Amino acid sequence: MGALTLKNVTKAFGKTEVIKGVDLDVKDGEFCVFVGPSGCGKSTLLRMIAGLEDVTSGDVEIDGERINDLAPARREIAMVFQSYALYPHLTVRDNMGLALKQLGTPKAQIVEAADKAAAMLDLGPLMERRPSELSGGQRQRVAIGRAIVRTPKLFLFDEPLSNLDAALRVATRIEIARLHRDLGATMIYVTHDQVEAMTLADKIVVLRAGRVEQVGRPMDLYNDPDNTFVAGFIGSPQMNFLKAGLLGLSSDTVGIRPEHLAISATEGPIEGSVSHLEKLGGETLTYVRTPDHGLLTVRQFGEHDHPVDSTVRLTPDQSRAFHFDADGQRLR
Amino acid sequence: MSTARQSTTRTIAAHGVLILYTLIALFPVFVIVVNSFKSRRAIFADPLALPTAETFDLIGYRTVLQQGDFLLYFQNSMIVTVGSLFFVLLFGAMAAFALSEYRFRGNSLMGLYLALGIMIPIRLGTVAILQMMVASGLVNTLTALILVYTAQGLPLAVFILSEFMRSVSDDLKNAGRIDGLSEYTIFFRLVLPLVRPAMATVAVFTMIPIWNDLWFPLILAPSEETKTITLGSQVFIGQFVTNWNAVLAALGLAIVPVLVLYLIFSRQLIRGITAGAVK
Repeated sequence: MGALTLKNVTKAFGKTEVIKGVDLDVKDGEFCVFVGPSGCGKSTLLRMIAGLEDVTSGDVEIDGERINDLAPARREIAMVFQSYALYPHLTVRDNMGLALKQLGTPKAQIVEAADKAAAMLDLGPLMERRPSELSGGQRQRVAIGRAIVRTPKLFLFDEPLSNLDAALRVATRIEIARLHRDLGATMIYVTHDQVEAMTLADKIVVLRAGRVEQVGRPMDLYNDPDNTFVAGFIGSPQMNFLKAGLLGLSSDTVGIRPEHLAISATEGPIEGSVSHLEKLGGETLTYVRTPDHGLLTVRQFGEHDHPVDSTVRLTPDQSRAFHFDADGQRLR
Repeated sequence: MSTARQSTTRTIAAHGVLILYTLIALFPVFVIVVNSFKSRRAIFADPLALPTAETFDLIGYRTVLQQGDFLLYFQNSMIVTVGSLFFVLLFGAMAAFALSEYRFRGNSLMGLYLALGIMIPIRLGTVAILQMMVASGLVNTLTALILVYTAQGLPLAVFILSEFMRSVSDDLKNAGRIDGLSEYTIFFRLVLPLVRPAMATVAVFTMIPIWNDLWFPLILAPSEETKTITLGSQVFIGQFVTNWNAVLAALGLAIVPVLVLYLIFSRQLIRGITAGAVK
């Protein structure tokens, strides 16, 4: 119950094409994250699945049934929005129960469903309040509760954590992961934050400019990226891209993750000067400006000290390097 | 408040200007109200004096309430104003919702067309309107006035409301769609309550010209049964003799209902005017 299939889906606003042919299979019970920079079309794609945007061409199927022309309310989906989008004139209980009420569900059943969702999200004492009396974190929990009450085939999340502060974001992220385990429902989640994508997803879909760049499990994308875009987008801090020719290699670009660059005062093929140092306790990030490769990031575990403006030399770990051609495609 | 941002001199100057403006704006109203309580002789002797024991006279109000059907005139004005207001707000909000919410061919052109009426005075079309009303047998009915005033008020209403409706969260409307609310429910239950301040602003700007209008009642509905208060007051103004007591009393009374309506809307109005500026 709840497999999603996209078949060559496109979307155009007038003459501008924003989704350029997306094919995707999301299996029942899977947690699928759409990730990409802003403007890549990930939210538009989610809205098309929800039925809030028309599909220009191609098919959207849930459980093998084409739903292109079905109204959002009849697609058996639930959506959680970035801005919570709670109904300001209704109490928490009524917010949660509205969709079922619209479907003509008996009152007792609505109360039961709302109470069950409230128990899962610790919303019990808030049930009779209005959204304006809740904090941001509570509002987002209510919005998630409103989605759970419907027992939809598909949960859609549109950047649900973006409006929360850092601590709350981590807590809510864990809560969503737990919900996914408990409910076993199919979830589609849109974010621009690759940490959220890595921690939540069974399957990540990396989008750029309306096209799918790569689909895979988080660690597959991290360890085996198809192109420079995915390599640069997944992983924080970002992967370093070096000019291969200057290192005597045949490919065009070499990608090295910051933890695979060794730094020393005297040894190494790449020379540069320290431009900035970030000490995070558990790790130290050194930003090195090099004449040939631009700004490179080095990540060392533990505490280290490299005076700013001092000259250092870097050694890439060739065995962990990724090689790309001139178009940014991976050479394997 | 920190002294860096607001010095005492500036506060005094700002209040001075505002108080001066208030005095100038309220002066005619003050003169009308004061003189409506005075005898005819006292009005001409010293128009600016307050009524004293000798000059105090309610003759104006007595004349107004005895002569003519002033209660009927009031009722007519009220029906026309409230009726027009209702239709302007209803249709204006609906058009604004459609313009701000739905993507369709010619959307911005339609918005421009609907706003055009702000720049073209409806009175230019008086002859055509009169012909139309004669043809449809609506002359000397309140319906004619309500129709004309609705047309007159719509352009500004559509213009202001569509700007405000654009600011209503898309997510909220979409959440409603996913929960199975109809577009009408989304409009009436979700969007309208959120643009209430803008509705109040539009209501005040629409209401006052309608209440004060003399032109259309005179042309479209001058019969005794359909006279509005402004038209009704004219009976006291003659070519040679004007019953000033009665005119001033009628005008004084005419202020009351519009004041009441204004007070109802004003709490919302202040929020409406400052909404764009503060946030």
